[in-house]
Amino acid sequence: MADAPTIPDELETRAKWGDFAFTPANEKLAKWQIAKYPAGRQKSAVMALLDIAQRQVGAETKTQGWLPVPVIEYVAAYLDMPYMRAYEVATFYTMYNLAPVGRYHVQVCGTTPCMLRGSDDVMAACKNKGMAKGKTTPDGLFTLTEVECMGNCSNAPMVQINDDNYEDLDYDIMTRILEDLAAGKDIKVGSQVGRKTSEAEGGPTNLQAMVEENHDYRGEW
Amino acid sequence: MAFDFLQDKDRIFTNIYGFQHWGLKEARARGDWDDTKKFIALGNDKIIEEVKASGLRGRGGAGFPTGLKWSFMPKEAPKDSQGNPRPSFLVINADESEPGSCKDREILRNDPHKLIEGALIAGFAMRARAAYIYIRGEYIYEAKVMEAAVKEAYDAGLLGKNAAKSGYDFDVFIHRGAGAYICGEETAMIESLEGKKGQPRLKPPFPAGAGLYGCPTTVNNVESIAVVPTIMRRGGAWFASFGREGNHGTKLFQVSGHVEKPAVFEEAMSIPFKDMIEKHCGGITGGWDNLLAVIPGGSSVPLVPAEQIMDAPMDFDGLKELGSGLGTAAVIVMDKSTDIVRAISRLSYFYKHESCGQCTPCREGTGWMWRVMEKMRDGDADIADIDTLYEVTKQVEGHTICALGDAAAWPIQGLIRHFRPEMERRIREHKGEEMMEAAE
Repeated sequence: MADAPTIPDELETRAKWGDFAFTPANEKLAKWQIAKYPAGRQKSAVMALLDIAQRQVGAETKTQGWLPVPVIEYVAAYLDMPYMRAYEVATFYTMYNLAPVGRYHVQVCGTTPCMLRGSDDVMAACKNKGMAKGKTTPDGLFTLTEVECMGNCSNAPMVQINDDNYEDLDYDIMTRILEDLAAGKDIKVGSQVGRKTSEAEGGPTNLQAMVEENHDYRGEW
Repeated sequence: MAFDFLQDKDRIFTNIYGFQHWGLKEARARGDWDDTKKFIALGNDKIIEEVKASGLRGRGGAGFPTGLKWSFMPKEAPKDSQGNPRPSFLVINADESEPGSCKDREILRNDPHKLIEGALIAGFAMRARAAYIYIRGEYIYEAKVMEAAVKEAYDAGLLGKNAAKSGYDFDVFIHRGAGAYICGEETAMIESLEGKKGQPRLKPPFPAGAGLYGCPTTVNNVESIAVVPTIMRRGGAWFASFGREGNHGTKLFQVSGHVEKPAVFEEAMSIPFKDMIEKHCGGITGGWDNLLAVIPGGSSVPLVPAEQIMDAPMDFDGLKELGSGLGTAAVIVMDKSTDIVRAISRLSYFYKHESCGQCTPCREGTGWMWRVMEKMRDGDADIADIDTLYEVTKQVEGHTICALGDAAAWPIQGLIRHFRPEMERRIREHKGEEMMEAAE
């Protein structure tokens, strides 16, 4: 676990996050999530509530958020489950940050399908902007993580930054994306080479009728 | 004989590329939710019979017959200790994380109503009270679309009490994961749904006996469920008219890696590899002579060298004969520019990263295999280490609760089986360099 994050000092986090509580809007979200499960099975909502909590921490710190120990304690108490069971969940799943991250969490996919199509170049673009794997830049803007397959393999290589995917990248495109983010510009989400989604580049090899109109094929059955 | 490519009219996922809106109004105009209650009126057994007749095999990788799986669900609700009947659940596996796989994402974000309608029909057929759709955490946009589509369906009376005026009460809930490949294993998914770490359970009991909350549960892949409404509309015989015996239907293929134009597309099962790449992906980069090897079914299946894959039919049995498998039909193509040892080593790293840590052979073995694979990359090893590595993969394979141990072992076994000379070459070269240095 050499690449595991260093858990921030507990006294400091407790002083800062000791009285964490959901905002009214998040409280409503949490209740809606809990209602998805049968009565007495509220524990099932722990993943959703940890996500809500992490986003709230993110909103308060203008970053992508993380889960300080008192926040995990709050979620556990909220669901009437032992703290350790919630902590286990927070440490098991990779999307819960156990240490603070920057405003932009740059998650470069490095698994084989992306590797074959040049994720090394995407990673190099990040490194040339002063980013290092598992670290946040000194200005607090970027945290770089190499992640495992994100399921965009036909649009490889790709990066997920915060909640959005950017696909069909190369070194130059990635450099431009990072510069635009730093400058606060809007960036087009999805394919960067003009593909709609995962159709072949230059136009789909099938279902061309769907491009122009919402075609109903039932008449041809 | 030339292969009959699938025609557009026979494609199930007509909005797979998202050129049109995913919403209910547009989905209905494409034929979704058309008189769904008619199928429910047929009764549970008729639906299962139709799905069995279609020859549909699970699209999540294992290829188990879907209709048969449903028939394992109890006809009479089992009673709990107080004598109350236990509900049954359908869990839909949208935790698509297998390297190479990217088909469920397109269904979730572009054709969500096919999945929701399928959930109702399948859920009714197996007598389930509700469906939970477990979407991988990284599919943030896809989960938003699904939530909105489910809400649309409730608002239109297609879910909830008297769903689609069928007289059957059925709910669909979205559950988001948070980044763990292992939750794609059905019992790990159930653990995760219960709010725990996603560590697989020992089987038996099988989920159909005791699954989510101890209740009868069936876990199905997104694609398996989403094709059901169309199978009901067009009949099992129509679906069975595609593909070879035992491998019927249409299938979403996902091609990545060294092809001119990677893409996701629906094709008939058993399509020959070469035809598929030529028609949908614009050929191999650098031409067919430049093809090195293909991983035909997602990272968990062994690779197949170029000369064996060319004319192979892309289906369960055809690829099994080559010592590989169809898996999720995630085709990873590698041309001769590929550092093949690194490509497989990167998969070993993936499995090391994703091992849940429950079983010792996998927890320790995946890390060990990755470290040795990294040495193999530079040839910093002995020839005998290749045999040791192979032996260790054999000791991991089959000695763990779930198939992640197998999945970590197979790619390495495939590499050694087909590329041992290349591995030996690197070792000899490295030794040669060492001798040169010693001589200087």
